[in-house]
Order: sequence, then structure tokens, then C-alpha cells
Amino acid sequence: MSQNIKFIQGNEVCAEAAIYAGLDFYAGYPITPSSEIAEHLAYRLPQIGGKFIQMEDEIASLCAIIGASLTGHKVMTATSGPGFSLMQEALGYAIMAEIPCVIVDVQRGGPSTGIPTHGSQGDVNQARWGTHGDHSIVALTASNHQDLFEMTVYAFNLAETYRTPVILLLDELVGHMRERLIMPEKGEIPLVERLRTSVREGVDYHPYLPREDGRLPMSDFGGVHRYNVTGLYHDMWGFPSSEPRTVHGLIRHLVDKLENRIGEIAKFREYHLEDADVVLISYGCSARSALHVVKNRRLRGERLGLLELQTLWPFASEIVREKCAGARSVVVVEMNMGQMLQAVKTAVDEPEKVFLANRIDGVFITPTDISNILRLIQGKGV
Amino acid sequence: MAVKDYIRERFFPHLWCPGCGHGIVLNGLLRAIEKLGLSKNEIVMVTGIGCSARIAGYVDFHTLHTIHGRALAFATGVKLSRPELKVIVPMGDGDALAIGGNHFIHAARRNIDMTAIVMNNRIYGMTGGQFSPLSGCGVIATTSPYANIDNDFDVVELSKAAGATFVARTTTYHVKEISDFIRKAILHEGFSVVEILTQCPTYFGRKNKEGEAADMLRRYKEITTPIGSDAKKENPDLIERGIFLQKENPEYCSEYNAIIQQAMKG
Repeated sequence: MSQNIKFIQGNEVCAEAAIYAGLDFYAGYPITPSSEIAEHLAYRLPQIGGKFIQMEDEIASLCAIIGASLTGHKVMTATSGPGFSLMQEALGYAIMAEIPCVIVDVQRGGPSTGIPTHGSQGDVNQARWGTHGDHSIVALTASNHQDLFEMTVYAFNLAETYRTPVILLLDELVGHMRERLIMPEKGEIPLVERLRTSVREGVDYHPYLPREDGRLPMSDFGGVHRYNVTGLYHDMWGFPSSEPRTVHGLIRHLVDKLENRIGEIAKFREYHLEDADVVLISYGCSARSALHVVKNRRLRGERLGLLELQTLWPFASEIVREKCAGARSVVVVEMNMGQMLQAVKTAVDEPEKVFLANRIDGVFITPTDISNILRLIQGKGV
Repeated sequence: MAVKDYIRERFFPHLWCPGCGHGIVLNGLLRAIEKLGLSKNEIVMVTGIGCSARIAGYVDFHTLHTIHGRALAFATGVKLSRPELKVIVPMGDGDALAIGGNHFIHAARRNIDMTAIVMNNRIYGMTGGQFSPLSGCGVIATTSPYANIDNDFDVVELSKAAGATFVARTTTYHVKEISDFIRKAILHEGFSVVEILTQCPTYFGRKNKEGEAADMLRRYKEITTPIGSDAKKENPDLIERGIFLQKENPEYCSEYNAIIQQAMKG
């Protein structure tokens, strides 16, 4: 069978992958550099009987998809930093009420309006801790279009599996880049569908009582089970509770359901790590330049390797520690002031061997930028 | 079904203060639904945050208690994704028109089929008696101890201007109007607004020396009049009650369905 090959923009890959995953409701607000996702879905969704709505702001956009998720739909919104800031309130709600949804943040430079048409990876920690209160979160990323397609589908699968919002943390460079994509055939990537309760009408249904495997079967709004959904601490029926045991149990559940499954959630790629004495750790657009450096240096006999993170949060500390154990130095390559650097330093046995190779001027970090920093670390001068 | 069949009895008595008007609104709302003979499974009630928002916990529908001011945005997602459901959105005055003001005008502009009920007690009750955008000048509140200088919105005029296609107003004194207007609002295809003046004796009444709940209710009788009455001509300060607007305009979900039909043809 002939392959379906496209030369396509990253944001369009994300939109098409979302449809592949089963997206049928999208709400959003225009913002650079994510707008192509909304434009593409405004055209495509009604063709498959899905719904697209342009809301009055990003706050309303996330609220609307939460409402649509509760009626049984696979939902998504997309934005960039300023809009992602506005979404933090409803993101906390989706975490608390355990609503499956996907939030795409195509990162640009910040803070504030920043540098809208240029790349950055400055929202890594906002994705982790942007909304208030203790919580865990899933944030995924990708460095190329083939991975972007897979990670978008993976985002929907994780959202349904764990009843949680999933953040797809892209960046302007991958979002606006055009490259080759081999469109996966139907059925090639497995899909996770909504787990619905088998509790019959008239029998007490507990929307917030996890099964033994930790999953919580849902019932669509409009169905036979009427229950309450709230952002307050709540009992297994979804009714508000300030009873200390209930509060304690719920917050432990919200954190543990993800943090205890890092091994299942964590996705990464590794290149030449087996004998590497310098390990580069990178993700998203930056990983493209990091990989280029590793391949070039290998030709010269230098033992460089790359660990490309695809799951950023929850952070796979054990995997990072293990992969860096034999390295003389570890270099985190990212387009920010060292947001992932801190997590890597906490994970490894010798934090003093971890260095940062970064670029924060809106310009794509180049292999030369990374090479220059490597020479400094190795005491060779630039 | 009896009104009692629509409530979650185990959560009563409710948390509203003695004399609060919100229970009267709940009563009127349930009587409207009973009269319409709606199934509990076809109703989604979406609320925000505040005293009014707690109404969701007491009714045996699909209930979505959301974030302050955002109820209509959540409700838009529910309605557009499943247009056959009846969506009812009770909100307080601060919830609907301060923090939620933008969502309010845009939901009205889209003319999406849902019923917004503004439970207007002119004060933030749950946080302890601060003034709201419906308090109006001269009102004493904990954040306007020298009298409020913020002008208020007229909910009826605002709703009409924003694009709502059904707009009504009444008070907790006029209990039959509450259920009558809400019933008509739910039947109306499009964005409907019912403003209900409801007493807060705990904060508004006490701060503004309006007496107890019964005094405040009596006052609603005195300061309001039916639309177009002779009394209004003689005393322009009277607040009019009634259905101000009821008109047919294209409804959002129906229009989107037409888009789907067009897109699917290719």
C-alpha cells in the first residue's frame, strides 16, 4: 500500500492528529503562533460532524471544552503563553473535577506579550505549576512532525486513561515549521476511548470512586446518572465536602494517579547513550539541534549522546538519573533560562556536572551555539 | 412529578441564611420545570460561585458547579456539544455581571439556547457583603462604607443590547411571575434572561437599613410595577416587571448544524 506523505505545517499536524485521535469538539481564541490549529479545525471539524466554536477569550475556551467533555466528547483547545496564563484557572478546575481534555500551548517568548512570532520554551514550569494548589500534571512535547502526530494522539489517550487535562507543550519553531509527515493509517496508532460506567439506571453511581486499577468510569451528562461536578473538594458522588479524610484522600488521589505511573507515562528517545561521556538532554525544537551535534561529533569519534524528553511532566527522574549515571557531564539544551535544568539537577547523582546550553533571544538555538558551550565546558575555549 | 422529586432532599436544610430570597427562586424554578414536565435527565444546571451557585447542589439534574463568573462559558460547551439538552444557568449579580460580564454579553450575542437566571440581591453575600455592579450608587457595603459611587447595570437593557431574545424581570415577592417567566424562558429558543430581585437581609438589608426579610419583600411590591402601568408614568423611579422582549432570531446551535450539513456535502 502506498504511503500517504504530506509536506505540512506543525500546527496542522497537531490538528489532523487530534482528529485521528477522535477530537470532535474544539473551542479556542486566536493567538499567534497557535492560530493555524483553530483555522484548520474550523474547516475540518464540521466535515466530520464535529463542532468548532471561537470563544470570547481563552478562559471561556477551556471552560467550554470542559463542558463538552462532560457530555462525552473528545475535546481540545490551543493557545500560546498569554492565553495559557488565562487558562490556569480552568486548568485547575479540570484537574480537580478530573475532566479529560487536551490543551495545546504553542510557546512563544514571554513574559507578557513578549515576542509573539518567535520561538521559546519558557512555559515549561508554567505547565507544571501555573495553576494554584498541589497537583500533578501531564505535559508532552515533540521535536518533529512524525513524533508530533504520535504525541498528540498520546495526549488524548492519556487524558482518557487518567481522567486528566493533558498539556501539549509545543513551540513556535515546530508549530510553524514545514516538513514531511507520513500520515499514519487508521488503526496504526491505538486509541483509548472514554471509559463509561457499566452501572445500570437506578443503581447508585459514584463518579469519583476509583476502581481497583485507579481508573474512574464516567457517565455522560444527559445520560441516566445525574451527579454533581464541582471545583470544591468533593466526595465520591461529587458533592462538596470539607471532611478532612475526604480532602486528604482526594488530593492524594489526584497526585498519585499520575506520579505513581511515571514509568507508564514517560516517553523519551535516546541516541548513542550507551557509551556517552557527555549526555545532552533536550526536548521540542532544541532537540533537533542537539541531535545534529551528537551525530556530527560521533563522526569525529567523540562520545556524545542525546536523551530527548517527550514527556516533560510528570518528570521521569529515575530514567534521567539512570541515563546520566555514566556521564562526565550532562548538558541540558533548551530555549529558556534553565527551566528543565533544575529538574535534571535534582534527578542526577552529581548535580555539579549538569550544565545549561540555552538561547533566549527568540532565535532558534543552533548546533554551533551548543558546540560553543560544549567547548567551554570541556575547557577548550570557544 | 411533584416539586419534591426534583430536589436532592438529603442536602436540606440548605445553607442559605434565614430570610434569603434564593430559596424562593429555587421554588419558582422547580415549579416551572414541573409544569413543563421535563425529564430530570434532560436538564443540565450550570452555576458559578457564590450563594446563588449553591443552587446546583440541591437539584436532582446533571449539575455543574464551576468557577466564579464562568458558568455561561461551561454551559456553552455543554449546549453546543449536546443541543437536545435543556441548559439552565442561575447566577448571582456579581457572578453574572462583574467577573462574568464578558461571558454574559457574548452568550447573549450568540443567541445560544439556554436560560440565564440572574439572582440579583445587589451584594456579594458569600464573601461578606461587598458591593456588586448591580448595587448602584448610594448603597452601603463593606467595600463602600461611605456609600457606593459605582453606577449599576440595568440587566434588562444590557441583555437586550447584547442580543438576548427573551428578557424578563420580577422579584421574590411575585412568586407566580418567577415560575411563569422561567417556564417561558426555558421554552424560548434562544438566549433567555430572567432577572429576579432577591433579598439578602443578612448583608444588604442590614447595611442599608431595609429591615428584615419580610420588610424587604414588601418593599419589592412597593418599588416595582408591571411594564407600561399608569403607576410608572406617575412615578418614573418605579422598576418595571414583566417580559420586556420575546423575539425569534436564528439560534446558535441550529445555525451550526446548518454549517455541518454544508461542510459534509463537501
